[in-house]
Amino acid sequence: MDTVTVRKAPGHWPWIAPLLVLATAYGVIPFIGTSYLFEAILTPFLALSLAGLGLNILTGYAGQLSLGSAAFLAVGAFGAFNFNLRVQGLPLIVSIVLAGISAALIGIVFGLPSLRLKGFYLAISTLAAQFFVQWALTKFGWFSNNSPSGVIDAPPLTIFGISFEGAVGRYLFALTIVTIFTLFAWRFVNTRTGHHFIAVRDNELAAKVIGIPVLRTKLLAFAISSFIIGVAGVLWAFAYLRTVETGGFNLDRSFQIVFIIIIGGLATIRGSFFGAALIVIFPLILSRLGQLFLGDIFNSGVLEMSQRIVLGALIILFLIVEPNGLVSLWDRLRKKPLRLSRIKTIN
Amino acid sequence: MNQYFYPRSELRATIANLPIHAERNSGLSSVREHEKGNSRQSGALALSGISLSFGGVTALSEIDLNIVSGEIRSIIGPNGAGKSSLINIISGVYRPDSGHIRINGHTYQKVPTHQLARLGIARTFQNLALFKGLSVLDNVKISRVHHSRATFLEQITGLGRARREETDSLNRSNAIIDFLDLGDVRHSLAGTLSYGLQKRVELARALVAEPKILLLDEPMAGMTPADKQDLTGFIRAARDQFGTTVVLIEHDIGVVMGLSDRIAVLDYGRKIADGTPAEVRSNQAVIDAYMGIDHEENPTGGSN
Repeated sequence: MDTVTVRKAPGHWPWIAPLLVLATAYGVIPFIGTSYLFEAILTPFLALSLAGLGLNILTGYAGQLSLGSAAFLAVGAFGAFNFNLRVQGLPLIVSIVLAGISAALIGIVFGLPSLRLKGFYLAISTLAAQFFVQWALTKFGWFSNNSPSGVIDAPPLTIFGISFEGAVGRYLFALTIVTIFTLFAWRFVNTRTGHHFIAVRDNELAAKVIGIPVLRTKLLAFAISSFIIGVAGVLWAFAYLRTVETGGFNLDRSFQIVFIIIIGGLATIRGSFFGAALIVIFPLILSRLGQLFLGDIFNSGVLEMSQRIVLGALIILFLIVEPNGLVSLWDRLRKKPLRLSRIKTIN
Repeated sequence: MNQYFYPRSELRATIANLPIHAERNSGLSSVREHEKGNSRQSGALALSGISLSFGGVTALSEIDLNIVSGEIRSIIGPNGAGKSSLINIISGVYRPDSGHIRINGHTYQKVPTHQLARLGIARTFQNLALFKGLSVLDNVKISRVHHSRATFLEQITGLGRARREETDSLNRSNAIIDFLDLGDVRHSLAGTLSYGLQKRVELARALVAEPKILLLDEPMAGMTPADKQDLTGFIRAARDQFGTTVVLIEHDIGVVMGLSDRIAVLDYGRKIADGTPAEVRSNQAVIDAYMGIDHEENPTGGSN
């Protein structure tokens, strides 16, 4: 699963590691995992990984910083809910695709400022998406089918007659969708258009001079990214939480996804998974450790506060020590024994 | 041509002992005569009455410049003379206050930057402008963008036109990379290369687009003498082999005198001289403008 930004040509079988992971995920984990593992760890991990993947295409590859990811998660979740609810007999898969398209369209609209704005200014303008979408979904009860609490319930997950029920079923549902999009992203970043994204990120003027359609490339980045994040929103709502309200898609969630790609590694496919794993597992570890050492003092309030503090410290540490994220840490660790042996042979 | 394809260290050692013009005609004579021949008469690029000012400060005033197909045309002048502004006007980065630009028979008030490649113009930048996150090969390959027609779907699936175009641009890019002796760093990330190599990758990226006109904005800035020697050879080889018209901005008078067919001299935004290296060197206005600056190397040898 090496990407274009990986330093050197990968080994002979770059697909062998991802294939092993996939084989384990499909062939081993469903049989040995507990429902806690699926419901509290793996399913949210998959949904957040997909969201990270989507944002990474926009921010990591195309260089357009966005703080509105949660808005596109929400559009995906509420979009799929409404398509499924209001169009009788619409297959779930079509609802999901339509939800992705809705997110992509809204992404393009809120991507328009990127044609004139860069960096921080663009990031601020993407906040508009964050606030507008959350406001619209709360304000107009139609979106949540006039549910008094604004909460929506996920429909049963059935695709091509296969029912994905229970913890394992929902995990497999999420896994399949994430696999498809990861494959797409991995292909995409190595296509000509994928390289255009990187070119626009690295030097917009040079990109323009050699004839890359810069404006179209940026809008395409917003569209693809928002589509993927939208589908991640469907997973978050339908496979993980099952009941969602707009409050769950707030600015905190947007930042969480930004953290995922920074910690995991910008402009890498694996980075989104590394980052999401850390974000999901880290609070659980912290909570266990807290319980172990501090006992009852370590209640949920303390947990949340300490989570933020430690996470914040971790991000600062990362930006200083390993700005290329967990991915490059991982690659270095893997190469270290190799490098030592090489030094020996030289000596 | 062979002497440009040694390993760099060797090349440096060899070339340090060579007189500046030793490499001049050493085998680089495989000119595409048909390309050079029939376009000699017509101007590839013409500027007329170009003026540009920034907030009241005049950068260029009433510049006329006629660049003939297949020539290496240098633009020199002291710092702030307006050389880079001129390149930026030709490439559409700046819009001139007055005057117009004529490229292959089309006249423009402002050159449309996004169509530059289609117009057959490629440029390099004074400061490095590579795509750091892409490999050398991908940096070069991407410049074939205006030759690509494959749709998004074809690209993702790798079918149809996408595959053909990919093979074609891969072959052409590899040829240019070999031509510029960049084979060893083909798969390295552009951002990790030395300054001199990055400059050379920029040249490769510009050349692979098969431009009719190549704009080089201080390609030798900050280079070691050995690097300069390499690049001089590559620029001349590019012209001789591909028939490319070259517009060169350069500070190194030695390089300019040796490489150029004609030289235009700017000073304070005005063109003070325009002619062959020999003419320019004996021009009193040029000597005045350069008085006290031109002490590094004694420009030798005329030009054709």
